[in-house]
Amino acid sequence: MTINPDWYLGLGVVLFSIGALGVLIRRNVLVMFMCIELMLNAANLTFVTFARMLHDIGGQVLVFFVLVVAAAEVVVGLGIVVAIFRRRASATADDLHLMKG
Amino acid sequence: MLAASGHISAVDVGTFAVAAAIILAGAIGVVVARNPVHSALMLVMTLFGVAVLFVLQRDPFLAAVQVIVYAGAIVVLFLFVIMFLGVDRKENLGTEPLRGQRPLAIGLTVLGATGLLLLGQVSHWTTGAPHVAGLDTGSHSNVYLLGKSVYTTYLFPFEATAALLIIAVVGAVVLARRPPAPSNPEVDEGDEPGTTELVADGQLSEPEANATGTTTPATHEEARP
Repeated sequence: MTINPDWYLGLGVVLFSIGALGVLIRRNVLVMFMCIELMLNAANLTFVTFARMLHDIGGQVLVFFVLVVAAAEVVVGLGIVVAIFRRRASATADDLHLMKG
Repeated sequence: MLAASGHISAVDVGTFAVAAAIILAGAIGVVVARNPVHSALMLVMTLFGVAVLFVLQRDPFLAAVQVIVYAGAIVVLFLFVIMFLGVDRKENLGTEPLRGQRPLAIGLTVLGATGLLLLGQVSHWTTGAPHVAGLDTGSHSNVYLLGKSVYTTYLFPFEATAALLIIAVVGAVVLARRPPAPSNPEVDEGDEPGTTELVADGQLSEPEANATGTTTPATHEEARP
């Protein structure tokens, strides 16, 4: 007998909340990216848990795609950070208010 | 929730407890660490804990992929960018540019998490139809089932993933490319905002300035606006 899936889902909720909190309160763009990775991992954990609860392989395949999308997102996002840093010499989100009207 | 723990093996419970503690400690560490390098290392800890939970859910292949791709590639990319930009100095977490934004964020997050947990207690988490895309159990191994599902049921998303990766590679190359030299007649779209950024740009890209001649591009750019 394995562990009740509710525990995994509760852990996923808490992990997602910590990631969302990090995106909200941190100002360093790189740390904000890491918090987005935390949220993606919480989603992955729930996908695998649901796959086991429903005896469905689809959840695990979705984790696969989430991994790919996360990798692509990180590559493009860090490219943007480097491009911004080349102009502004800071990695703080508060300094990026050029578009403010 | 806790009532069903009578006939669960102690090894499973212990593994889950340790992995959950690792995950939560790492996640909190990512958020509160003042140094970005420490945040990245804490992120590795969290990813490893999630991989342990994948193993605990009879999913060893995804656990391996998690460790290889996330901890091996993505976090290394993070660390590379941190070191490349030289932003591995401590950040002052005390300053708060928007007054009241931080308590509001904490309150909203706690409220949302509590609401979700309560919702899971009073209603059913799982309301889907079982095994639509294929069983995850049977005589075949986990990798066999996963591969078969990717190349049959989920073939179109898989192809779309390939396109996404190509687009990401092209985007990264375009973003990482240095802007063309100012003497180029097709001067690009990025130079409009003002002179201060051009000066900052000139200070930052010293190797390029050394390669093309130090004085002439700067004077040209000052004369342009």
